[in-house]
Amino acid sequence: MTLAKRIIPCLDVAGGRVVKGVNFLNLKDAGDPVELAKRYGQEGADEITFLDISASVEERTTTLEIVSRTAEQVFIPLTVGGGIRTTQDVDRLLRAGADKVSINTAAIARPQLINEISDRFGNQVLVLSVDARRAGTKSGYEVTTHGGRESADLDALVWIEEAIERGIGEILLNSMDADGTKEGFDLPMIEDVRAISRVPVIASGGAGVIGDFAKAIESGADAVLAASVFHFGEIKISDIKAAWREQGIAVRD
Amino acid sequence: MIAILDYGSGNLRSAARAFELADSQTVVTNDPDICAEADGLVVPGVGAFAACMQQLIAAGGKEIIDARVKASKPLFGICVGMQILFSQSSEKGQTGGLNILAGEVTEIAAPVLPHIGWNTVVAARESKLFAGLTDSYFYFVHSYAAKGAVANAKNSYANYGEVFLAAVERDNVVATQFHPEKSGDAGARLISNWVQSL
Repeated sequence: MTLAKRIIPCLDVAGGRVVKGVNFLNLKDAGDPVELAKRYGQEGADEITFLDISASVEERTTTLEIVSRTAEQVFIPLTVGGGIRTTQDVDRLLRAGADKVSINTAAIARPQLINEISDRFGNQVLVLSVDARRAGTKSGYEVTTHGGRESADLDALVWIEEAIERGIGEILLNSMDADGTKEGFDLPMIEDVRAISRVPVIASGGAGVIGDFAKAIESGADAVLAASVFHFGEIKISDIKAAWREQGIAVRD
Repeated sequence: MIAILDYGSGNLRSAARAFELADSQTVVTNDPDICAEADGLVVPGVGAFAACMQQLIAAGGKEIIDARVKASKPLFGICVGMQILFSQSSEKGQTGGLNILAGEVTEIAAPVLPHIGWNTVVAARESKLFAGLTDSYFYFVHSYAAKGAVANAKNSYANYGEVFLAAVERDNVVATQFHPEKSGDAGARLISNWVQSL
Protein backbone atom coordinates (compact mmCIF):
# COMPACT_ATOMS: atom_id res chain seq x y z
CA MET A 1 0.00 0.00 0.00
CA THR A 2 2.37 2.67 -1.25
CA LEU A 3 2.05 5.27 -3.93
CA ALA A 4 4.21 4.08 -6.82
CA LYS A 5 6.92 6.33 -8.24
CA ARG A 6 6.08 7.24 -11.80
CA ILE A 7 8.00 7.03 -15.09
CA ILE A 8 6.81 9.48 -17.73
CA PRO A 9 8.03 9.50 -21.34
CA CYS A 10 7.71 12.87 -23.06
CA LEU A 11 6.98 13.27 -26.77
CA ASP A 12 7.51 16.50 -28.69
CA VAL A 13 4.68 16.90 -31.17
CA ALA A 14 3.84 19.37 -33.93
CA GLY A 15 1.36 19.19 -36.79
CA GLY A 16 0.07 15.82 -35.61
CA ARG A 17 3.48 14.15 -35.70
CA VAL A 18 6.19 13.33 -33.22
CA VAL A 19 9.10 15.60 -34.01
CA LYS A 20 12.69 15.57 -32.86
CA GLY A 21 14.50 12.31 -32.84
CA VAL A 22 12.56 9.15 -32.35
CA ASN A 23 14.26 6.03 -33.52
CA PHE A 24 12.20 2.95 -32.83
CA LEU A 25 12.47 -0.19 -34.82
CA ASN A 26 9.51 -2.50 -35.60
CA LEU A 27 7.03 0.31 -35.48
CA LYS A 28 4.94 0.89 -38.56
CA ASP A 29 4.96 4.63 -38.14
CA ALA A 30 7.50 6.01 -35.72
CA GLY A 31 6.18 9.50 -36.25
CA ASP A 32 2.63 8.83 -35.07
CA PRO A 33 2.18 10.09 -31.49
CA VAL A 34 -0.74 7.75 -30.86
CA GLU A 35 1.29 4.69 -31.87
CA LEU A 36 4.18 5.80 -29.67
CA ALA A 37 1.94 6.58 -26.71
CA LYS A 38 0.39 3.11 -27.07
CA ARG A 39 3.79 1.49 -27.21
CA TYR A 40 4.98 3.33 -24.11
CA GLY A 41 1.75 2.35 -22.38
CA GLN A 42 2.45 -1.30 -23.15
CA GLU A 43 6.02 -0.94 -21.85
CA GLY A 44 4.74 0.25 -18.48
CA ALA A 45 4.74 4.05 -18.74
CA ASP A 46 2.73 5.48 -15.83
CA GLU A 47 1.71 8.59 -17.75
CA ILE A 48 2.38 10.15 -21.14
CA THR A 49 3.35 13.77 -21.73
CA PHE A 50 2.96 15.55 -25.06
CA LEU A 51 4.90 18.78 -25.49
CA ASP A 52 3.33 20.72 -28.34
CA ILE A 53 6.07 22.62 -30.14
CA SER A 54 3.83 23.75 -33.00
CA ALA A 55 4.85 26.93 -34.71
CA SER A 56 1.44 27.77 -36.17
CA VAL A 57 -2.25 27.83 -35.29
CA GLU A 58 -2.93 25.15 -37.91
CA GLU A 59 -0.42 22.78 -36.35
CA ARG A 60 -1.85 23.45 -32.91
CA THR A 61 -5.34 22.47 -34.05
CA THR A 62 -3.94 19.14 -35.19
CA THR A 63 -2.58 18.58 -31.70
CA LEU A 64 -6.14 18.50 -30.36
CA GLU A 65 -6.91 15.67 -32.76
CA ILE A 66 -3.95 13.59 -31.62
CA VAL A 67 -4.88 14.21 -27.99
CA SER A 68 -8.37 12.86 -28.75
CA ARG A 69 -7.09 9.84 -30.62
CA THR A 70 -4.63 9.08 -27.84
CA ALA A 71 -7.21 9.45 -25.06
CA GLU A 72 -9.48 7.02 -26.87
CA GLN A 73 -6.82 4.33 -27.11
CA VAL A 74 -4.37 4.75 -24.25
CA PHE A 75 -5.95 4.40 -20.81
CA ILE A 76 -3.31 6.06 -18.69
CA PRO A 77 -3.07 9.75 -17.77
CA LEU A 78 -2.12 12.20 -20.50
CA THR A 79 -0.50 15.60 -19.88
CA VAL A 80 -0.21 18.18 -22.64
CA GLY A 81 2.02 21.27 -22.56
CA GLY A 82 3.10 23.95 -24.97
CA GLY A 83 1.44 27.16 -26.06
CA ILE A 84 -1.21 27.28 -23.31
CA ARG A 85 -2.04 30.91 -22.56
CA THR A 86 -5.67 31.03 -21.48
CA THR A 87 -8.32 28.99 -19.66
CA GLN A 88 -9.90 28.53 -23.11
CA ASP A 89 -6.76 26.69 -24.24
CA VAL A 90 -7.01 24.46 -21.16
CA ASP A 91 -10.71 23.82 -21.73
CA ARG A 92 -10.09 22.76 -25.33
CA LEU A 93 -7.34 20.33 -24.30
CA LEU A 94 -9.35 18.79 -21.44
CA ARG A 95 -12.35 18.37 -23.73
CA ALA A 96 -10.11 16.73 -26.32
CA GLY A 97 -9.08 14.19 -23.68
CA ALA A 98 -6.07 15.56 -21.80
CA ASP A 99 -6.06 14.91 -18.04
CA LYS A 100 -3.53 17.57 -17.14
CA VAL A 101 -1.90 20.55 -18.80
CA SER A 102 1.53 22.01 -18.19
CA ILE A 103 2.31 25.69 -18.42
CA ASN A 104 5.64 27.49 -18.40
CA THR A 105 6.40 30.79 -20.15
CA ALA A 106 2.81 32.06 -20.12
CA ALA A 107 2.70 31.73 -16.33
CA ILE A 108 5.95 33.65 -15.97
CA ALA A 109 4.56 36.43 -18.17
CA ARG A 110 1.23 36.45 -16.31
CA PRO A 111 1.23 34.55 -13.00
CA GLN A 112 -2.51 35.16 -12.56
CA LEU A 113 -3.02 32.51 -15.26
CA ILE A 114 -2.27 29.91 -12.57
CA ASN A 115 -5.14 31.16 -10.40
CA GLU A 116 -7.49 31.33 -13.36
CA ILE A 117 -6.80 27.72 -14.38
CA SER A 118 -6.89 26.22 -10.89
CA ASP A 119 -10.01 28.16 -9.87
CA ARG A 120 -11.88 26.83 -12.89
CA PHE A 121 -10.54 23.29 -13.26
CA GLY A 122 -8.89 22.51 -9.91
CA ASN A 123 -5.17 22.53 -9.15
CA GLN A 124 -4.87 18.82 -9.98
CA VAL A 125 -5.01 19.58 -13.72
CA LEU A 126 -2.13 22.03 -13.59
CA VAL A 127 1.55 21.17 -13.89
CA LEU A 128 4.01 24.05 -13.61
CA SER A 129 6.98 23.41 -15.85
CA VAL A 130 10.11 25.19 -14.61
CA ASP A 131 13.31 25.39 -16.68
CA ALA A 132 15.84 26.11 -13.94
CA ARG A 133 19.61 26.48 -13.78
CA ARG A 134 22.26 27.45 -11.27
CA ALA A 135 22.77 31.18 -10.92
CA GLY A 136 23.73 33.87 -8.44
CA THR A 137 20.19 34.33 -7.15
CA LYS A 138 19.22 33.99 -3.49
CA SER A 139 18.38 30.28 -3.71
CA GLY A 140 21.18 29.57 -6.16
CA TYR A 141 18.77 28.74 -8.99
CA GLU A 142 17.06 30.91 -11.57
CA VAL A 143 14.25 30.40 -14.05
CA THR A 144 15.10 30.47 -17.75
CA THR A 145 13.03 30.78 -20.93
CA HIS A 146 13.62 29.91 -24.58
CA GLY A 147 15.07 26.49 -23.82
CA GLY A 148 17.54 27.85 -21.31
CA ARG A 149 18.95 30.54 -23.55
CA GLU A 150 17.48 33.47 -21.65
CA SER A 151 17.17 34.36 -17.99
CA ALA A 152 13.69 35.19 -16.74
CA ASP A 153 15.19 37.28 -13.91
CA LEU A 154 13.34 35.14 -11.43
CA ASP A 155 14.63 33.08 -8.51
CA ALA A 156 13.49 29.51 -9.20
CA LEU A 157 12.53 28.61 -5.62
CA VAL A 158 10.74 31.92 -5.07
CA TRP A 159 8.79 31.28 -8.29
CA ILE A 160 7.88 27.74 -7.29
CA GLU A 161 6.64 28.88 -3.87
CA GLU A 162 4.54 31.59 -5.48
CA ALA A 163 3.07 29.15 -8.00
CA ILE A 164 2.15 26.64 -5.27
CA GLU A 165 0.44 29.45 -3.38
CA ARG A 166 -1.48 30.40 -6.53
CA GLY A 167 -2.63 26.82 -7.09
CA ILE A 168 -0.57 24.31 -9.05
CA GLY A 169 -0.91 20.54 -8.62
CA GLU A 170 2.59 19.44 -9.64
CA ILE A 171 6.02 20.78 -10.57
CA LEU A 172 7.90 19.57 -13.63
CA LEU A 173 11.47 20.52 -12.76
CA ASN A 174 13.73 20.66 -15.81
CA SER A 175 17.41 21.15 -15.07
CA MET A 176 18.84 23.23 -17.90
CA ASP A 177 22.36 22.51 -16.61
CA ALA A 178 21.86 18.74 -16.73
CA ASP A 179 19.64 18.64 -19.82
CA GLY A 180 21.32 16.87 -22.71
CA THR A 181 24.44 15.91 -20.73
CA LYS A 182 23.31 12.34 -19.96
CA GLU A 183 25.37 12.64 -16.77
CA GLY A 184 22.45 12.23 -14.41
CA PHE A 185 19.76 14.40 -12.89
CA ASP A 186 20.63 17.54 -10.91
CA LEU A 187 20.18 15.87 -7.53
CA PRO A 188 20.90 18.87 -5.26
CA MET A 189 18.31 20.90 -7.17
CA ILE A 190 15.71 18.13 -6.78
CA GLU A 191 16.43 18.06 -3.02
CA ASP A 192 16.16 21.83 -2.71
CA VAL A 193 12.85 21.97 -4.60
CA ARG A 194 11.49 18.98 -2.67
CA ALA A 195 12.27 20.76 0.60
CA ILE A 196 9.99 23.71 -0.24
CA SER A 197 7.23 21.87 -2.16
CA ARG A 198 4.05 20.41 -0.76
CA VAL A 199 3.03 19.27 -4.26
CA PRO A 200 4.57 16.36 -6.21
CA VAL A 201 7.84 17.00 -8.07
CA ILE A 202 8.62 15.45 -11.46
CA ALA A 203 12.35 15.48 -12.23
CA SER A 204 13.60 15.98 -15.77
CA GLY A 205 16.90 16.52 -17.53
CA GLY A 206 20.18 14.61 -17.57
CA ALA A 207 19.12 10.95 -17.55
CA GLY A 208 21.81 8.81 -19.18
CA VAL A 209 21.80 5.38 -17.52
CA ILE A 210 19.22 3.29 -15.65
CA GLY A 211 20.74 4.06 -12.25
CA ASP A 212 20.19 7.80 -12.71
CA PHE A 213 16.43 7.44 -12.26
CA ALA A 214 16.61 5.84 -8.81
CA LYS A 215 18.94 8.62 -7.65
CA ALA A 216 16.36 11.23 -8.65
CA ILE A 217 13.72 9.35 -6.66
CA GLU A 218 16.03 9.07 -3.65
CA SER A 219 16.61 12.82 -3.86
CA GLY A 220 12.90 13.38 -3.42
CA ALA A 221 11.32 13.22 -6.87
CA ASP A 222 7.84 11.69 -7.03
CA ALA A 223 8.18 10.96 -10.74
CA VAL A 224 10.81 11.08 -13.48
CA LEU A 225 10.38 12.32 -17.03
CA ALA A 226 12.66 11.69 -19.99
CA ALA A 227 12.52 11.80 -23.76
CA SER A 228 15.49 10.85 -25.88
CA VAL A 229 16.78 7.90 -23.82
CA PHE A 230 13.37 6.29 -24.29
CA HIS A 231 12.86 7.30 -27.91
CA PHE A 232 16.17 5.86 -29.05
CA GLY A 233 15.63 2.66 -27.13
CA GLU A 234 18.73 3.30 -25.00
CA ILE A 235 16.75 2.67 -21.84
CA LYS A 236 13.57 0.66 -21.49
CA ILE A 237 10.91 1.67 -18.99
CA SER A 238 10.59 -1.98 -17.96
CA ASP A 239 14.32 -2.11 -17.14
CA ILE A 240 14.05 0.94 -14.88
CA LYS A 241 11.10 -0.67 -13.11
CA ALA A 242 13.00 -3.92 -12.64
CA ALA A 243 15.92 -2.01 -11.11
CA TRP A 244 13.58 -0.03 -8.84
CA ARG A 245 11.86 -3.18 -7.65
CA GLU A 246 15.23 -4.62 -6.58
CA GLN A 247 16.05 -1.40 -4.75
CA GLY A 248 12.71 -1.38 -2.93
CA ILE A 249 11.26 1.61 -4.78
CA ALA A 250 7.50 1.19 -5.20
CA VAL A 251 6.52 0.62 -8.84
CA ARG A 252 3.31 -0.26 -10.59
CA ASP A 253 3.44 -3.77 -12.04
CA MET B 1 -26.85 0.89 -22.39
CA ILE B 2 -24.49 3.01 -20.27
CA ALA B 3 -25.11 6.74 -19.84
CA ILE B 4 -22.22 8.98 -18.81
CA LEU B 5 -23.64 12.05 -17.13
CA ASP B 6 -22.44 15.18 -18.91
CA TYR B 7 -22.56 18.21 -16.64
CA GLY B 8 -19.43 19.97 -17.89
CA SER B 9 -16.96 18.30 -15.59
CA GLY B 10 -13.64 17.32 -17.07
CA ASN B 11 -12.42 14.79 -19.57
CA LEU B 12 -15.34 12.59 -20.61
CA ARG B 13 -13.73 11.25 -23.75
CA SER B 14 -11.59 8.66 -21.98
CA ALA B 15 -14.47 7.66 -19.71
CA ALA B 16 -16.82 7.25 -22.67
CA ARG B 17 -14.30 5.16 -24.57
CA ALA B 18 -13.36 3.02 -21.55
CA PHE B 19 -17.00 2.15 -20.82
CA GLU B 20 -17.69 1.69 -24.51
CA LEU B 21 -15.12 -1.12 -24.57
CA ALA B 22 -17.28 -2.93 -21.99
CA ASP B 23 -20.65 -1.91 -23.48
CA SER B 24 -20.78 -0.63 -27.03
CA GLN B 25 -24.02 1.21 -26.23
CA THR B 26 -22.42 4.02 -24.25
CA VAL B 27 -23.66 7.60 -24.54
CA VAL B 28 -22.53 10.89 -23.01
CA THR B 29 -25.64 12.86 -22.08
CA ASN B 30 -27.60 14.84 -19.50
CA ASP B 31 -30.97 13.92 -21.00
CA PRO B 32 -33.11 12.90 -18.00
CA ASP B 33 -35.01 10.19 -19.88
CA ILE B 34 -31.91 8.52 -21.30
CA CYS B 35 -30.21 8.75 -17.90
CA ALA B 36 -33.25 7.23 -16.19
CA GLU B 37 -33.57 4.34 -18.62
CA ALA B 38 -29.89 3.42 -18.98
CA ASP B 39 -28.77 0.12 -17.45
CA GLY B 40 -26.01 2.03 -15.69
CA LEU B 41 -25.33 5.72 -15.06
CA VAL B 42 -21.73 6.92 -14.68
CA VAL B 43 -21.19 10.13 -12.70
CA PRO B 44 -17.73 11.52 -13.41
CA GLY B 45 -16.25 14.58 -11.72
CA VAL B 46 -13.00 16.50 -11.51
CA GLY B 47 -12.00 19.76 -9.88
CA ALA B 48 -13.30 21.29 -6.69
CA PHE B 49 -16.26 19.74 -4.84
CA ALA B 50 -18.33 22.95 -4.67
CA ALA B 51 -17.80 23.72 -8.36
CA CYS B 52 -18.85 20.17 -9.29
CA MET B 53 -22.00 20.41 -7.17
CA GLN B 54 -22.90 23.76 -8.76
CA GLN B 55 -22.41 22.41 -12.28
CA LEU B 56 -24.31 19.24 -11.43
CA ILE B 57 -27.29 21.16 -10.10
CA ALA B 58 -27.24 23.58 -13.06
CA ALA B 59 -27.33 20.64 -15.50
CA GLY B 60 -30.23 18.94 -13.71
CA GLY B 61 -27.94 16.17 -12.53
CA LYS B 62 -29.11 16.18 -8.91
CA GLU B 63 -32.65 15.15 -9.91
CA ILE B 64 -31.29 12.55 -12.35
CA ILE B 65 -29.12 10.93 -9.67
CA ASP B 66 -31.75 11.12 -6.92
CA ALA B 67 -34.32 9.51 -9.21
CA ARG B 68 -32.02 6.64 -10.09
CA VAL B 69 -31.09 5.96 -6.48
CA LYS B 70 -34.75 6.07 -5.48
CA ALA B 71 -35.52 3.54 -8.23
CA SER B 72 -32.55 1.36 -7.12
CA LYS B 73 -30.94 1.64 -10.54
CA PRO B 74 -27.18 1.15 -10.88
CA LEU B 75 -24.94 4.21 -10.55
CA PHE B 76 -21.15 4.55 -10.67
CA GLY B 77 -19.48 7.68 -9.25
CA ILE B 78 -15.88 8.43 -10.17
CA CYS B 79 -13.43 10.68 -8.24
CA VAL B 80 -15.35 13.87 -7.32
CA GLY B 81 -18.34 11.99 -8.74
CA MET B 82 -17.87 9.67 -5.73
CA GLN B 83 -17.31 12.51 -3.27
CA ILE B 84 -20.54 14.35 -4.14
CA LEU B 85 -22.54 11.24 -3.18
CA PHE B 86 -21.56 11.93 0.46
CA SER B 87 -23.23 14.32 2.92
CA GLN B 88 -20.68 17.11 2.73
CA SER B 89 -17.14 18.18 1.98
CA SER B 90 -14.78 20.55 3.80
CA GLU B 91 -12.97 21.58 0.61
CA LYS B 92 -12.84 25.41 0.49
CA GLY B 93 -15.44 25.70 3.27
CA GLN B 94 -18.31 23.33 4.01
CA THR B 95 -20.41 22.33 1.02
CA GLY B 96 -23.35 19.98 1.08
CA GLY B 97 -23.36 16.90 -1.13
CA LEU B 98 -26.13 14.65 -2.41
CA ASN B 99 -26.29 12.82 0.94
CA ILE B 100 -26.81 9.41 -0.68
CA LEU B 101 -23.94 8.03 1.39
CA ALA B 102 -23.52 9.23 4.98
CA GLY B 103 -20.14 10.74 5.74
CA GLU B 104 -17.86 13.69 5.19
CA VAL B 105 -15.17 14.29 2.59
CA THR B 106 -12.07 15.86 4.16
CA GLU B 107 -8.47 16.64 3.23
CA ILE B 108 -6.06 13.70 3.33
CA ALA B 109 -3.42 14.00 6.06
CA ALA B 110 -0.29 13.69 3.91
CA PRO B 111 2.72 15.99 3.54
CA VAL B 112 2.57 16.04 -0.27
CA LEU B 113 -0.77 16.74 -1.96
CA PRO B 114 -2.50 16.16 -4.34
CA HIS B 115 -2.24 12.38 -4.07
CA ILE B 116 -1.28 11.85 -7.72
CA GLY B 117 -0.36 8.54 -9.25
CA TRP B 118 -0.84 4.80 -8.98
CA ASN B 119 -1.68 3.25 -5.63
CA THR B 120 -2.95 -0.14 -4.51
CA VAL B 121 -6.37 -0.82 -3.05
CA VAL B 122 -7.28 -3.29 -0.32
CA ALA B 123 -10.56 -4.55 -1.70
CA ALA B 124 -13.52 -5.40 0.50
CA ARG B 125 -14.11 -9.12 0.93
CA GLU B 126 -16.47 -10.43 -1.70
CA SER B 127 -16.30 -7.18 -3.62
CA LYS B 128 -17.83 -7.64 -7.06
CA LEU B 129 -16.12 -4.55 -8.42
CA PHE B 130 -12.64 -5.84 -7.60
CA ALA B 131 -13.23 -9.46 -8.67
CA GLY B 132 -9.91 -10.75 -10.03
CA LEU B 133 -8.08 -7.57 -9.02
CA THR B 134 -6.09 -8.44 -5.92
CA ASP B 135 -3.26 -5.95 -5.20
CA SER B 136 -3.82 -4.02 -8.42
CA TYR B 137 -2.70 -0.43 -8.91
CA PHE B 138 -5.22 2.28 -9.80
CA TYR B 139 -4.70 5.91 -10.81
CA PHE B 140 -5.64 8.52 -8.21
CA VAL B 141 -5.59 12.31 -8.45
CA HIS B 142 -7.20 14.10 -5.48
CA SER B 143 -6.51 15.85 -2.18
CA TYR B 144 -9.78 15.07 -0.40
CA ALA B 145 -11.49 11.77 0.39
CA ALA B 146 -14.14 10.10 2.54
CA LYS B 147 -12.46 8.30 5.44
CA GLY B 148 -14.94 6.26 7.44
CA ALA B 149 -16.72 3.06 6.47
CA VAL B 150 -20.12 3.45 4.84
CA ALA B 151 -22.73 1.40 6.70
CA ASN B 152 -24.11 -1.74 5.03
CA ALA B 153 -21.61 -1.41 2.21
CA LYS B 154 -18.49 -3.10 0.89
CA ASN B 155 -15.73 -0.61 1.69
CA SER B 156 -12.35 -0.79 -0.05
CA TYR B 157 -9.42 1.27 1.14
CA ALA B 158 -6.19 2.90 -0.01
CA ASN B 159 -3.42 4.42 2.07
CA TYR B 160 -1.59 7.69 1.45
CA GLY B 161 -0.55 9.38 4.67
CA GLU B 162 -3.70 7.87 6.13
CA VAL B 163 -6.28 5.26 5.22
CA PHE B 164 -9.20 6.51 3.15
CA LEU B 165 -12.07 5.08 1.11
CA ALA B 166 -10.89 4.06 -2.35
CA ALA B 167 -14.20 2.51 -3.33
CA VAL B 168 -17.63 1.79 -1.94
CA GLU B 169 -20.37 -0.59 -3.10
CA ARG B 170 -23.79 -0.26 -1.50
CA ASP B 171 -26.78 -1.83 -3.16
CA ASN B 172 -26.85 -0.36 -6.64
CA VAL B 173 -24.54 2.54 -5.85
CA VAL B 174 -20.85 2.01 -6.51
CA ALA B 175 -18.10 4.62 -6.52
CA THR B 176 -14.34 4.84 -6.81
CA GLN B 177 -12.05 7.64 -5.66
CA PHE B 178 -9.55 6.59 -8.35
CA HIS B 179 -10.08 6.84 -12.11
CA PRO B 180 -10.76 3.36 -13.54
CA GLU B 181 -10.88 4.89 -17.04
CA LYS B 182 -7.25 5.97 -16.56
CA SER B 183 -6.07 2.85 -14.76
CA GLY B 184 -4.92 0.73 -17.69
CA ASP B 185 -5.81 -2.97 -17.72
CA ALA B 186 -6.84 -3.06 -14.05
CA GLY B 187 -9.28 -0.21 -14.62
CA ALA B 188 -10.70 -1.89 -17.73
CA ARG B 189 -11.30 -5.07 -15.71
CA LEU B 190 -13.03 -3.14 -12.95
CA ILE B 191 -15.28 -1.34 -15.45
CA SER B 192 -16.06 -4.65 -17.11
CA ASN B 193 -16.92 -6.18 -13.71
CA TRP B 194 -19.45 -3.42 -13.14
CA VAL B 195 -20.95 -3.59 -16.63
CA GLN B 196 -21.28 -7.39 -16.35
CA SER B 197 -23.20 -6.96 -13.10
CA LEU B 198 -25.87 -4.74 -14.67
